Parts: sequence; C-alpha cells; structure tokens
Amino acid sequence: MRELDQERAPIYEALRDFSKKRVVPFDVPGHKRGKGNPELRELLGEKCVGMDVNSMKPLDNLCHPVSVIREAEELAAEAFGAAHAFLMVGGTTSAVQSMILSVVKRGEKIILPRNVHRSVVGALILCGAVPVYVNPEMNRRLGIPLGMKVEAVERAVRENPDAKAILVNNPTYYGICSNLREIVRIAHSHGMLCVADEAHGTHFYFGENLPVSAMAAGADMASVSMHKSGGSLTQSSLLLAGPAMAEGHVRQIINLTQTTSASYLLLSSLDISRRNLALRGRETFAQVVRLAEYAREEINRIGGYYAYSRELCDGDSIYDFDVTKLSVNTLDIGLAGIEVYDLLRDDYNIQIEFGDLGNILAYLSIGDRPRDIERLVGALSEIRRRFRREKTDLFTQEYIDPKVVASPQEAFYAEKESLPMEKTCGRVCSEFVMCYPPGIPILAPGEEITDTILDYIHYAREKGCSLTGTEDPEVLNLNVLKEV
Amino acid sequence: MQLWFSEMQTPNVKFSIRVERQLYSGQSEFQRIDVFESPEFGRFLTLDGYMMLTERDEFIYHEMITHVPLAVHPKVKRVLVIGAGDGGVIRELVRYPEIEDIDLVEIDELVVEVCRKYLPQTACRLDDPRVHIHYEDGLKYIRSCEDEYDLILVDSTDPFGPGEGLFTREFYGNCFKALKDDGIMINQHESPFYAEDAAACQSMHKLIVESFPISKIYQAHIPTYPSGHWLFGFASKKYHPLRDLDETRWNLRGLSCKYYTTTLHKGAFYIPAYVERLLKDVE
Repeated sequence: MRELDQERAPIYEALRDFSKKRVVPFDVPGHKRGKGNPELRELLGEKCVGMDVNSMKPLDNLCHPVSVIREAEELAAEAFGAAHAFLMVGGTTSAVQSMILSVVKRGEKIILPRNVHRSVVGALILCGAVPVYVNPEMNRRLGIPLGMKVEAVERAVRENPDAKAILVNNPTYYGICSNLREIVRIAHSHGMLCVADEAHGTHFYFGENLPVSAMAAGADMASVSMHKSGGSLTQSSLLLAGPAMAEGHVRQIINLTQTTSASYLLLSSLDISRRNLALRGRETFAQVVRLAEYAREEINRIGGYYAYSRELCDGDSIYDFDVTKLSVNTLDIGLAGIEVYDLLRDDYNIQIEFGDLGNILAYLSIGDRPRDIERLVGALSEIRRRFRREKTDLFTQEYIDPKVVASPQEAFYAEKESLPMEKTCGRVCSEFVMCYPPGIPILAPGEEITDTILDYIHYAREKGCSLTGTEDPEVLNLNVLKEV
Repeated sequence: MQLWFSEMQTPNVKFSIRVERQLYSGQSEFQRIDVFESPEFGRFLTLDGYMMLTERDEFIYHEMITHVPLAVHPKVKRVLVIGAGDGGVIRELVRYPEIEDIDLVEIDELVVEVCRKYLPQTACRLDDPRVHIHYEDGLKYIRSCEDEYDLILVDSTDPFGPGEGLFTREFYGNCFKALKDDGIMINQHESPFYAEDAAACQSMHKLIVESFPISKIYQAHIPTYPSGHWLFGFASKKYHPLRDLDETRWNLRGLSCKYYTTTLHKGAFYIPAYVERLLKDVE
C-alpha cells in the first residue's frame, strides 16, 4: 500500500500542474477558461474560471476514480478514520441520500429519529423504504428536539427485528448527540447497519474533547458536510464508509444521482480543506471552542438569554453536546428565536444560521474574530433592551409525534388533491412542510395532518418563519391523499 | 534623498508628507503602528498606514471633539472616552476641574505605550489621577454600563479594522444605555467628500438617528485627513447643541484654545448643502 501523506493535496496539485501546461481546450465547459464569458471572469476572477475544467485523464473522473481523485479519497479516508471516503459534489443532501440508498431498499425498514433533515425523507421517497420513527425526547423549557434514548432505540429494534438500519443525527442542528457508541452496538448485535447524518459534525473528527465521531464510534456510514465546519466550498461534502460496506456498491449508488461533470472547484476545495483539517484541525477547533465558550459566558451575563452547553447532558437523550455550537434560547426575553434572528439581520447587519420558535443558532468557525463576537453579544444586549416583553403566548413545544399512515414513497406518488391548508385536518399529507432553516419536516409525505400541526404551521408563519416544501409556492394549499 | 509617507485617501488620490525619519515601527496584536518625523507636520502617528494625527494639526480635532459638548452640558462629571490612545482628548478634558472621572477604553495597549514615548504633545496628561485606562474592546466595555456617564467621546479610527465595532448600531445603542438621562455622545463622523467616506458617514448618521432623540452634525477643517473636511456627530438625550450652548459660562472659564471659540461652535453646525442632503436622506 502507498504511504499516505496528509501534507499532499493530489487534486489541487494536479490542477496546478495542468494549468501550467496551458492546454488548448476543445472540450467543455464552453466558457473556455472564462474567455467566452468575460463578465463571469470579472466576477469570479481569472484563477477561478481557469480551474473550472472537465474530467480528463490527468485530472481523473469522480464517477470512476483511478488516480488523483482516488488518492484524495484515500487521504480523506485516512484523515477521518474511515475505510473509504467518497468526495461528493451535490451537497450533503446527496451524501445522505446515497447513504440511505446504500443500506435500505424498497419495503425495508429503517429506524430513525423524526427530527431528521428533509434529505433523509427524500431518500425514502426515492427508494421506497419505510421509516420507523423513534420519538426524540423534547426539552420543554428550550423547545428543542433532543437525541434518541438508548431504551427507545432498543424498543424500536425489538418491535422491528426485520429493520435493516438505524440512522442517527450526530449531532442535531442544535448540537445535541445521542449515545452513538451504544446505538452502534445495538444495531450490530441485531445484524443492522448504523449510519449517521453528520452534516453538523465534521469537526468531531479533528477537535479535542468533542463528541465522538461516527467512524470512531464504529458506525457503518456517515455523511459529513465539509462545507460547514470543514471550510470547503458550499455544496461539497464527504460520504464516509466503514469496513462493512462494499466500496464498489456505494459508488454505484452514488452514480445513480450524482453529476458526471463534477466541479473541480468543489473537488479541490475538499482536497485542500481535508489537508487543513488533518494538519491544523486540532488547534483550529480549540480556538473555535474558546470563542464559543466566551460568547456563551457573555450572552448568559446579559440576562434573559440562555446560551446552553454541556450542563444539559443527561447521559441519554442529551448524551453529549457540541460546544462549538452557539445555540441560544430567547423565550425569557419574550421574543421568538425567529424574531431575534430577523432583528439581528435587519437592525444590526448580523446574519446568523437560523432562528426557530424559541432559539437562535449562531454558527461559529475558524473564520470568526473576537471582535465579531463582541458585535453579536452587543447586538443581543441591545435587542433585549429595546424589544424585551412579557413572556406570554409563546410556543415552547415543537415536537409533534407523527402518525405515519403510508410510506413516504406511497404517499408521494399516490392519487392526491390540493386543499386549502385549514381544510386538511384528518387527511394524509403527500408532501413536505418545513421551516427553512433548519429544514426538518413538520409534515412528511404519508403523515396524518392534525389540528396541533396546523396550529404550529400557522404560528410559525405568523412569527416570520419561511415555510417551504409544498407544491404551492405560497404554502397555503396542501397536497393530500385522495380519500377512497 | 527624499523620503515620503503616502496614504491612498481613495484608490485614485494620494496624500504625501515628506518624512525626515521614522521614529518607530511595530506590529501589535491588532495593527501596525508607525511614528514619523516630518518637516511640515512635526511628528505623526499612523495605524495600518492611515493617518491618525500630526503634531501640527491635532489641536483642531481634539479641541472640536471635546469643547463642543462641554460648552453645552452644564455639569459633566463622568466621562467615557473610547479609542484615543494618543491622549489628545484626555489633554483637553483634564482642563475642566469639575470632571471627576475619565474612563479611557483603548483596545491596543501598544498605541498608548508608543504615544507616551514618541508623542508627548498629546500623551502628556495620561497620568492625571482622574484618568483610568482600560485596555479592552470598546464594544465589550460599554455593554455592561448603564446610566453611568454624562459624556461619551468616541475617538474611533475607521469603519474597517480593529475599530469597526464602534460604527455599529449595537455600539450606539449601548452608548445610549450607558449615558445618564441628559448625556451626550460625540463621535468622529468621517468625511462627507469622497464617495466611500461619504457612504460610511451617511450610514453612521442613520444608525445614530435611530438611537438618539437629538442627532446633529458639525464640521472642522483638518488638513491631514482625507479631503480636509471632517465631521463630528453630536448625539444627545436632552441638550441641543445650539439652544443649550452657554457661551458666557464657557468663556468665563478663560480656557484658551487655538481653534475652538463659542462663535465657531455655532458656525460649525452650519454645514454645506450637499452634506445636509446626504444626512437628510437617512433622517
């Protein structure tokens, strides 16, 4: 086996060598290193458009990598402690979908928490697998869904011994982790696979004193958003596989839906970011943790806000907490998270990751400077002074136990009709409704619509959440199954 | 041999001063600090290559940021100064015996150290017993202050770099909170002339108007700053800069100034038509 050297970045190096050769392009892309599109070149820069090239022998091919992309994948696998790593260019959505399509097929069951990203349910529509939802616990005070209790997973496994896989969020959007090692053990002891959505967990592989990563916990696959905490370009991602997975099979699954013209901008950004993480990840994330701890301390000192952290851990539904996440509960100042989110942007020019009904999340990374943290804290303190009000009529409960009537695929493709939202109570939904971000479905195809759900949607809309997912762009009408 | 310091005041305008020698050059945690000696302007301080002050014309800036509010507010006891590590503002403030406490918040300790050593003309009164220096981010310092100060002087650098937090709505809001019911905030308000500076000037004015009931602009002429035409902001909870100006009271103090007079005070608030329009657009 070749000696792997994390100082290397094979795709980046190949691109650099290639550009030195000044090859005359009679292939795609048609902008021909930007010459055919001067405005684009002006916007993105000569170097950037010059690197937007097609797959070719010296640069390898993502659909069937044999040289530099293969080496980059091997380096990534080593850096993340995986048996194999696949570079992905269709976002972590594509990584999650390929992961699920690799472990379940039509009619097979997969055990998962309901607070999954829409891409997970999307994969179930594509492959026809059936979800068995484990109710994530709720923290009532904060109004956030937590992780899965081990006991609840055991029960689901006992009741569904024919299930093929268990999916775990590691961590949730809010930074909450389930007991992943134990869930992996349960899965494996029942002959099931365990896969993880690690869209928010890239740094677990490199930081110290952070929650355990999926590969370290022995999981079989993990989808890792390199473009979030890993620093690569938006839409680039990694799919990791453990030793139990057949590499060739996973590659075939990926190739069902992934582009055959993978962007070398995305690929080289993955390559360089992996090198950064492998060489400097530890100190990088130590710095991010310091910033986050400082911000939490200062925000909690303002009063009213609650920037939570490891003190929430209860050994089960909050087994661990990702301390790089700056999640702040806003209910005690009488404002919904989404209201604080909007005020930060509109009045203070500060864009944070998301606001839900009771919380905001500020995404911290190595790109942040202490003075930016001071601005965020200063603005939160001002929002409290200017807008604080009595804590009345604020929703705190966000989790609604779904009634799954049909599989997502059946419901999505079934005969359906469009009804005004308020007339849909008691019917079965055939599409998604979600607030974006975080993009966790309020309703997924195949679930029964209830009054509580409609009230929740109404309230979220009133507070200013962006609702998405329905065929109707206004999200006023819902597609429901036709009644027989 | 000719040695020149040059600052790009815009991408297309260069301002140069002939230099005799460089007295100091260093890099702090926050910025590059240089002190030069020049035949025309005496010693001058630059941060990240941007002109901060020269011995020759600093009196204009320091007198105008200090005496204007002190001729309006009848009883200033507690003052907060943000930035101003060169000590020029302090030198003017300590001339008022009724001021009891001056908190000086400067993010960069090295600036103060360098100014003490090379710019005694401004740093000379930093050891006054009423002055308390805090080396801290101004935005952070002020966050926990409530109803404490009669006067806040914001002697900031530029809307980019280490001082950028001092050009934000959260900062002005925090200043409002830190001031007593009749408090005044004065800030250096950039220049209205070159497009980029004018945009900064306009957006600052908008943020201050949103934060204070009274928000007026006055001007001074400072040869070494871009365009030479410089503005200050007068933001106040109660006192009006002209209606509440007490000329007799201030003149009886017998303070001698090189730039400021109570007559100039009144004139300084009459600004050119294009500047008026620039500000009106966001009021």
